[in-house]
Amino acid sequence: MIRRLIAALTLSVTAVTAQAQTQINIQEVTSPSGIEAWLVEENSIPFAAIEFVFDGGAVLDAPDKRGATNLMMGLIEEGAGDLTAREFQERREALAASFSFDTFDDSVTVSAVFLSENRDEAIALLREALINPRFDQDAVDRVRSQVLAGIRSDANNPNRIASAALDAAAFGDHPYATPINGTEETVTALTRDDILEAHRNALTTGRVHVGAAGDLSAEELGEIIDALIGDLPETGPELPEDVAFGLDGGITVVPYATPQSVALFGHSGIERDDEDFFAAFILNEILGGNGVESRLYREVREKRGLTYGVSTFLVPKDFTEIYLGSVASSNDRIADAIEVIRDEWAALASEGITQEELDAAKTYLTGAYPLRFDGNAEIAGILVGMQSVDLTPEYVANRNDFIEAVTLDDVNRVAAELLDPDGLHFVVVGEPEGLQ
Amino acid sequence: MRLFALALSLVGTMTLAEEVTTYQLDNGMDVVVIEDHRAPVVVHMLWYKAGSADEPAGVSGIAHFLEHLLFKATENVESGEFQRVVAENGGSDNAFTSYDYTGYFQRVAADRLPLMMQYEADRMNNLVLTEEDIVAERGVILEERNQRTENSPGALAREQMMAAQYQNHGYGVPIIGWMHEMEQLDMQDALAFYDLYYSPNNTILVVAGDVEPDEVLALAEQYYGPIPAEPDLPERVRPQEPPQRAERRLVFEDPRVAQPYVTRTYLAPERDAGAQEDAAALTYLAEILGGSSFTSVLPVALQFDTNTAIYAGAFYSGVSLDDTTFGLTVAPAEGVTLQDAEDAMDATLAQFMEVGIAPDRMEALRTQLRAGEIYARDDVGGLARRYGAALTSGLTVEDVQAWPDVLQAVTAEDVMGVAARVLNRDRAVTAYVVPSREILQ
Repeated sequence: MIRRLIAALTLSVTAVTAQAQTQINIQEVTSPSGIEAWLVEENSIPFAAIEFVFDGGAVLDAPDKRGATNLMMGLIEEGAGDLTAREFQERREALAASFSFDTFDDSVTVSAVFLSENRDEAIALLREALINPRFDQDAVDRVRSQVLAGIRSDANNPNRIASAALDAAAFGDHPYATPINGTEETVTALTRDDILEAHRNALTTGRVHVGAAGDLSAEELGEIIDALIGDLPETGPELPEDVAFGLDGGITVVPYATPQSVALFGHSGIERDDEDFFAAFILNEILGGNGVESRLYREVREKRGLTYGVSTFLVPKDFTEIYLGSVASSNDRIADAIEVIRDEWAALASEGITQEELDAAKTYLTGAYPLRFDGNAEIAGILVGMQSVDLTPEYVANRNDFIEAVTLDDVNRVAAELLDPDGLHFVVVGEPEGLQ
Repeated sequence: MRLFALALSLVGTMTLAEEVTTYQLDNGMDVVVIEDHRAPVVVHMLWYKAGSADEPAGVSGIAHFLEHLLFKATENVESGEFQRVVAENGGSDNAFTSYDYTGYFQRVAADRLPLMMQYEADRMNNLVLTEEDIVAERGVILEERNQRTENSPGALAREQMMAAQYQNHGYGVPIIGWMHEMEQLDMQDALAFYDLYYSPNNTILVVAGDVEPDEVLALAEQYYGPIPAEPDLPERVRPQEPPQRAERRLVFEDPRVAQPYVTRTYLAPERDAGAQEDAAALTYLAEILGGSSFTSVLPVALQFDTNTAIYAGAFYSGVSLDDTTFGLTVAPAEGVTLQDAEDAMDATLAQFMEVGIAPDRMEALRTQLRAGEIYARDDVGGLARRYGAALTSGLTVEDVQAWPDVLQAVTAEDVMGVAARVLNRDRAVTAYVVPSREILQ
């Protein structure tokens, strides 16, 4: 090919630390009624995003009411005040606002995006959903049937089967042991009163964090917060006790007829406020993170072609902390993938990382951080996430210093403490060959 | 009618949301620059007008396999080096393959743009593959097919639908490839595709973010300008579908299907350069029939007015080089058979054709589409993809910029007219997706 004859471009590349700085100004706002929030005001596009995180979430479900919080959050936009579900949504669509409501183990979230030109109407509508949801019986039945269909689908989804099996084996009688959407039995048995109680329990001002970004002043935000959630109860029920990851090393096979086995693996992890968290964070990036080319990516995917995806992640929850990973390989190759992962886990625990690996991970993590602040909804989400783990606004400016302060000794000490190749438990869903 | 008044008060006329500048280099490469100076970040995307539908017969999946292989070594760069450099600069990168295009992108601090261009231009021309690369990466794409398709009955069913819909056109072959052909893909297949299609006169460069158009042009000339055009680049004419003369129906059976459903696709026109009106009307039709779970025709009839379905939706995306599809899906409620669900869907469509569209519904959709343009300005990466996908699918910059206004001009009559032409079962594929045929008894 002629094209190949042209002089090759000379690529003299030196790694340079990225220059982007995190240039956002976080205002701390207190609403007239005393609710605190963070705001990044940015007026160039006439809309704003608000994100609420209410601590609590699905762990508030009683064992026989498992799925109540999830069903409640699915119903919150299905009719409010004097509007039926359809009337409410017609209204919302006419305003071109979007609201979303999600349930997690430790929290429920409310996200709203709305235009500046009809902000008051959008806020008034969302207020009705949060304060005066109707939970009409026909809506309860309709959404319940959707949740039940989802539960049946999960029972046929290898990834969901794996996480359900791992959670059930690891967390005993703690709420973490069962899926947040409940079981066919518990969801079928939920009554309208259960939904009302879940609403009272999950949305409380004493457990809320608020982040906002976009075309909004501090004063306007304060008024909006009070209008939206000022009339919610302040306190909720007791939160559960901590629970340890109660699964020893080994392999559990869950037989399921499918060509590719899915493996979820893990052992106990590290708390978010542990002084070694940043060292563990960097360690994870090197072992199985997604930013730099990780050891597992290189060994399992790139060198051996055993998988399309392998990754690991620290999961510090409110009442436990785990270190998890996942991989998927065809039934005749999953045993090889697991062996490589175990070997890498052991090698890192005993031999640690190199200075080059540490430097590369730091450059990536510090350079990538400013790029996260990308759009109003993303910024609102970051602000609220920081508050959920008790960080201060200064963290945005200091975060890269925390990363830079981690030494090779720190990471290798944490690697030896945290990584436990013998304690690693693999749940494998599929028809794996050569695994018991 | 209160809502109607409210809707009218919104943004009166469409103003172009983004600052866009376009150029063409002497070697035929198109350059699109989208300015967004809110953050010191840039998205650098290179789009090749080559996707799976451009593959020769018998090597399905080669466009996607090549996309993976482009992260290997070149004459100047080690395998994986580009990705490592992106990461070392705090950026993120990835690539994607579709029927009509293959794209590569990096998102980095704005002053890293020259570095990205240097590497991206290098791998357009200087790829050096080894047999080890082929063997290991072929394992990866086979596992990718396992993960995305073989392990997902829904994905397998869609693949069968497309194969039934397109009997002559490459859209009937899956992007990732058929397993038996993927297993045989080799270095020659990859290099043949690469040598022909990875050429500047077959690419669109989209740079979006905190950049000045003049600087981008100068950089593009510096890095991409020296690469010569491919003289033998074929014209992009693919085999088209013959007239469909019979309704096509299939039953897809897989014990892993938890929730049975009926789904149908109709062959439908796509957005054509200078002629986007039908596609605009179909965009409304999809919204009106199934875009909203609460206000659209099918969900209201099947989920609210009757308890026939737990889900009903409609789908259409107009960005496609050749004829695309308009889709409907209904998942029946417990105790409702698929035949009953399909009959109810058809009865609802028939009634819709008689009753037509309420004026306030059209106005609400116009409002949402206008608002969508405001929200879109917050996502410069999304704007970059909008241009890249359109320009590799037969559209021009003018078409992209006219599209919001074309959408605003759609009338209820336009929508009903296109519905009458497209919603024809003789030009459709209908599938029942079930865990076992027994439930059809």
